[in-house]
Amino acid sequence: MAEKNVLLTMKGLRIEGRADEEWLEIVKGVDLTLHRGEVLGLIGESGAGKSTIGLAAMGFARDGCRISGGEILFDGIDLRKASESERRALRGKRIAYVAQSAAASFNPAHKLIDQYCEAPVEHGVMGRAEASHDAKELYAKMQLPQPETIGFRYPHQVSGGQLQRAMTAMAMACRPDLIIFDEPTTALDVTTQIEVLAAIRNIVEQFDTAAIYITHDLAVVAQMADKIKVLLRGEEVEEAETRAMLDAPSKDYTRSLWAVRSYARAAQAPVRDATPVVSVRNVTAGYGTINVLTDISFDIHARRTVAVVGESGSGKSTAARVITGLLPPRMGEILFNGSALPPDYRRRTRDQLRQAQMIYQMADTALNPKQKLRELIGRPAQMYLGLNGKALDARVRDLLRVIELEPNDYIDRLPSELSGGQKQRIGIARALAAEPQFIICDEVTSALDQLVAEGILKLLDKLQSEFSLAYMFITHDLATVKAIADEVVVMKNGVVVEQGPKSEMFQPPHDPYTELLLSSVPEMDPDWLDNLLAERAAGGAGAKAESAGN
Amino acid sequence: MGFLTGLLWFFAAIAVAMAAGWLFRKGVIAVAPRGVAKEMRTAPLTASFGMLMILIYILVALSAHWIAPFGETTIVGREYEPWGNVHLLGTDNLGRDMLSRLIYAARNTVGIAFITTALAFILGSILGLLAAIVGGWPDQLLSRAVDVLMAIPALIFALLLLTIVGTSVVNMILVIALIDSTRVFRLARAVAMNIVVMDYVEAAKLRGEGLWRLIMREILPNAMAPLVAEFGLRFCFVFLTISALSFLGLGIQPPTADWGSMVKDNATLISFGDITPLLPAGAIALLTVSVNFVVDWQLHRASGLKE
Repeated sequence: MAEKNVLLTMKGLRIEGRADEEWLEIVKGVDLTLHRGEVLGLIGESGAGKSTIGLAAMGFARDGCRISGGEILFDGIDLRKASESERRALRGKRIAYVAQSAAASFNPAHKLIDQYCEAPVEHGVMGRAEASHDAKELYAKMQLPQPETIGFRYPHQVSGGQLQRAMTAMAMACRPDLIIFDEPTTALDVTTQIEVLAAIRNIVEQFDTAAIYITHDLAVVAQMADKIKVLLRGEEVEEAETRAMLDAPSKDYTRSLWAVRSYARAAQAPVRDATPVVSVRNVTAGYGTINVLTDISFDIHARRTVAVVGESGSGKSTAARVITGLLPPRMGEILFNGSALPPDYRRRTRDQLRQAQMIYQMADTALNPKQKLRELIGRPAQMYLGLNGKALDARVRDLLRVIELEPNDYIDRLPSELSGGQKQRIGIARALAAEPQFIICDEVTSALDQLVAEGILKLLDKLQSEFSLAYMFITHDLATVKAIADEVVVMKNGVVVEQGPKSEMFQPPHDPYTELLLSSVPEMDPDWLDNLLAERAAGGAGAKAESAGN
Repeated sequence: MGFLTGLLWFFAAIAVAMAAGWLFRKGVIAVAPRGVAKEMRTAPLTASFGMLMILIYILVALSAHWIAPFGETTIVGREYEPWGNVHLLGTDNLGRDMLSRLIYAARNTVGIAFITTALAFILGSILGLLAAIVGGWPDQLLSRAVDVLMAIPALIFALLLLTIVGTSVVNMILVIALIDSTRVFRLARAVAMNIVVMDYVEAAKLRGEGLWRLIMREILPNAMAPLVAEFGLRFCFVFLTISALSFLGLGIQPPTADWGSMVKDNATLISFGDITPLLPAGAIALLTVSVNFVVDWQLHRASGLKE
């Protein structure tokens, strides 16, 4: 491509971060070239330095980080040598940034449109009246409902997906040459994600804006990017055109990222007329006067995994709270091996509590930061099984071996000395320590990188056959369902929409909502989004109306 | 000139203090078992100086009986004798040996202030954590009771209670501990409110843990940092309250020595350019600063704060 078309170049970029009184290199000499109107996808696990590189494209380093080497040229301006005021003149005007969590990035005290107008007015691009007129136009382009009035709402008055689109519109306000998207859809449901992706791509194409799209989701980046750069621990693994990269990745690491999606466990024989371990019977439950769950029923058998799927707000986690007894149901009951459990956990016997364990989504908050692994894992064993002293120590060591951590290295560590995946493994070990028959896994992999999540899923799978466990697997990620479930329960607004064996669920005919969920899961095919949007447009208002309701 | 000399002395004192802290740290690292030595290495000079001072205060307080040259309440000479060979720091308004009284007062004042603060903390933090985890009407009951107690100005309330129950050291300790525990309760409850909603507390509840273990093992360790910081501050406030009560005649009763009333009794000397009455005040100040140095260090470690 011709030299004049190059917008951004980074050469040998090095960034260091401060940890415990010393500087560690987080980005180790990355080169990057971006042309006008081009979208570059940056992918990698957490800690790969994606976001740090994204911010460096604005000549910015987070607190505790510093750009220590290399050069960053934006349209001929050397951002490292430019003064702070020169850089500030670029930011927001010619380079814009869209953060992962729109909800945390908007100021909750100001209306959307006031925040929109701030940048153009500040940079002297437009007057206030002009900017608000422009805002409404862009809101319409982003397919926000009621573009004329939505700007006059406060951030908490619009949904997460709408907020993310409003933020993209805001980034567009000064018609920048470059936008950095930092995981803009990671926190969204699949059905909402589609709309945001479509809106972002549409607007980037219309204004011929260059973009850096940071994500850990390969399927998403396949839809958005012209070329993809794979990062690992601050170094580039490879870079190629999207299609070439997807068809024929040249490096082992890239291939291993691709392979994750293909993991699926062997099909299990359908259950005979055995008594289910846990049976949820006609449960209605809720908070205050609102019913979150309405008349739901499902069974979970030994050695089987039931995946409960749905968007946020569908009542999946509430169902788990009813089973554990944290939220006594208004109507209905929970049967355990055929006999009814007391609705309130405080009335359950110690043995009933032991039989049902839970693994939490956020291992960070699920493990007491002041307890060593010895106590975290050992406590349930001590409490339920009466182990003490040497027997307890041996049991903890056994459990650490089961979750594939070396006991001598780990037994006296604190949770803060572990990685995210290791923490989740400790959560699993704690559940196993009680020797339960049934484990609830609440979004256990959604906070983890794909490779790490894959490891956790495989471990859970192995443990299931080893200890004849029954799992209730709460998730919003259908790829995870495909990987681990035997049976699927689809929930929406507190009602079970559809349930059955996995093989049937992934075969048509579907309930319309299941259909919408299934079709919204991004696929690796770069044409997937185009095809889907065309299909939905042709398919009529059905799916459209439903998705607009989110 | 006088100002410059003062400044010089001031910096000399700081240098000596830091040197003492450094030596103390070296010494502890050399003799202590490995775990303690490792912790000590992270201590800044201020903290090790603080620890050294607290240690000296404790030793002096414990061995007052042996190291004090004269009795606590014996009249050994004329009133207001100057510093000399027999009475190193002179005598007070009744002719008692100043140095001996300073040493005995360490035992009385520090001991009473420490017991009072500790009682206030045990009472306040346990009730506060309990209120946070149980919630519902017990929480309402405790919190509103604390509101009522806090609505009455502390000193006046203390005077009132002491008049009712009668003046004695035990009563004073209990009254001040009760009043101070309301402040600790507020803090402990507020901190624990953020902890009880964590998943690990929910997990412990679902495991069937009892209330006592929930408080002691799950919540308290995570609420420690702000409570420790508050302890340092509270300790100093208790000092002041005791001194104020002594001044008003309801605190530590004469002839028992305490630093607060020693300042008051000998205050006339200041007009003659004699710094003796400031020594007990200095003793209070030095201990307060030392305690806070140590608390700052602990807080820094516990909260993982960077500068």
